[in-house]
Amino acid sequence: MSTQVIASTKNRARQLTEEEIAEIEHEKTLYPDNQAVGLEALKIVQKYQGWVSDESLLAIADYLDLSAADLEGVATFFNLVYRQPVGKNVILFCNSVSCWICRCDDIKDHISKKLDIDFGQTTEDDEFTFIPVPCLGDCDNAPVMMVGDDLHRNLTPEKVDEIITQYRNKSA
Amino acid sequence: MSRPPLEIAAYEANDGYQSVHKIAGGLSANDVLDTIKGSGLKGRGGAGFPTGLKWSFVPQGENSPEQKYLVVNADEMEPGTFKDRLLMEGDPHLLLEGMIIAAYTIGASKAYIFLRGEYTTSVRTLKNAIAEAYDKGYLGKNILNTGFDLDIILHTSAGRYICGEETALLNALEGKRANPRAKPPFPQVSGLWGKPTIVNNVETICNLPGILTYGIDWYKGLGQGADAGTKLFGVSGRVKNPGCWEMPLGVSIRELLEGKAGGMQDGLGLKAFLPGGGSTDFMLPEHLDIALDYDEIAKVGSRLATGTMIILDDQTCPVGMVGNLMKFFAHESCGFCTPCRDGLPWVDTIFREFEEGRGSEKDLQILREHVDYMGPGRTFCALAPGATAPLGSGLKYFEDDFKAHIKQKRCPYKH
Repeated sequence: MSTQVIASTKNRARQLTEEEIAEIEHEKTLYPDNQAVGLEALKIVQKYQGWVSDESLLAIADYLDLSAADLEGVATFFNLVYRQPVGKNVILFCNSVSCWICRCDDIKDHISKKLDIDFGQTTEDDEFTFIPVPCLGDCDNAPVMMVGDDLHRNLTPEKVDEIITQYRNKSA
Repeated sequence: MSRPPLEIAAYEANDGYQSVHKIAGGLSANDVLDTIKGSGLKGRGGAGFPTGLKWSFVPQGENSPEQKYLVVNADEMEPGTFKDRLLMEGDPHLLLEGMIIAAYTIGASKAYIFLRGEYTTSVRTLKNAIAEAYDKGYLGKNILNTGFDLDIILHTSAGRYICGEETALLNALEGKRANPRAKPPFPQVSGLWGKPTIVNNVETICNLPGILTYGIDWYKGLGQGADAGTKLFGVSGRVKNPGCWEMPLGVSIRELLEGKAGGMQDGLGLKAFLPGGGSTDFMLPEHLDIALDYDEIAKVGSRLATGTMIILDDQTCPVGMVGNLMKFFAHESCGFCTPCRDGLPWVDTIFREFEEGRGSEKDLQILREHVDYMGPGRTFCALAPGATAPLGSGLKYFEDDFKAHIKQKRCPYKH
């Protein structure tokens, strides 16, 4: 089924790290074919590298013997696979209906102003990337957002200021 | 959740895993299937299809494929829906016990939990629970000497609402773009990697242990109306006490909204509500005494679906609310079929025009036409028809509000 990665792009592939390979090998035991492992490998590489560069994508395709074009099609489909560099902390901001009713637009404007970025952008210091996300399933605590792996609930402008300071201090 | 989930010993002390012991005591797969069929359990993911009937479509016997799969749909992403999160964070062993029952009945030796990636707490609670269940011999090879093997694999997804559609979910699990598949063949016959597969929602699975442990009569007795059992009901929006509660099917909407959620916040009135997530038709204050029951809600043109209500107050713009939903659906279209891929962004654009005071009568007409163009039967899957539910009912119930936008050339709710 799979096609060979053509030589010119293959040369651009980076070397996968030992940790990445170990985790990819573990995933191989859970799925019957490499195509399923491909999506898992994208997530693994992103965990270590922060995002999925062309070089990483080609390395995965090469390692799992998958078509690079197919893998790119998969990588660009899923919104939690980042094909562009992101900041140290990704803010996943819920702007679905329950949060909207609870005035998340005001919170969004506050964050935009404070960090001087709009959706899809990263702060100049590479600290935060701001992305909208479908309903985070915590609607009784609206408005909500995630920063990295952490969920933050019942947001107010004051609370957002605290959260941002907290993450800035963490990386300082 | 306000408390950590029960550890396995505490779960067992509260009748946990009793159903698995019953199976070990000689209950056959057919016995379980009959029990679940007899219980009247309907799928809790949104469609409300009878669970036992769904299971019965899985081919069995010598000529059937040996490998069968159980997949749990834990990709909770329906706008306004927050019930599966509660179960997985608060009672992960209930889900695992239910999965053992389902897998045993359909003959699946492998089960995947398709969990949305953002549910990081659920990842933690489920991982712990799965490890505990393996340690105790409820998972793995030859479970409690029954000869039945089951491995549960926790899969975290990489996003996209469309993955909640069961065939799109299967594609995502196979590492493909999550476009829905053509049906037939249905997943029960040819699903994950072409093998017979049952996809059930988290809450559906969590109903199984109780049914098997306490019996059909107990389960049916829980419901207060025509439907059996209890359901998780949620309320979000500007109410006094938003939250999620387990209640018998058949209690009135008023009991949920006023009794549990405490009614509207001070100074706000109830304008309308979506009864079961973003893909359901609006209902009005006059519908408050209707029972939370699949058929009763269908009678007024909506669906119980996920049972998580989104409340619209009288100081929030209904046109803006429908517009928010349309933006969501437009963004989440997988792009495979034309009515959805092109129709939803068109609708979204028109809503922006309304918001900015440029909406016209002609626009209203185009929106009405799209309710038809993107309706059931016109598209490849249920995403766009789902979007037409709040769109069509919104156009009907909030006509005055749409017209006020046209006349005043602005959103009348903005001061």
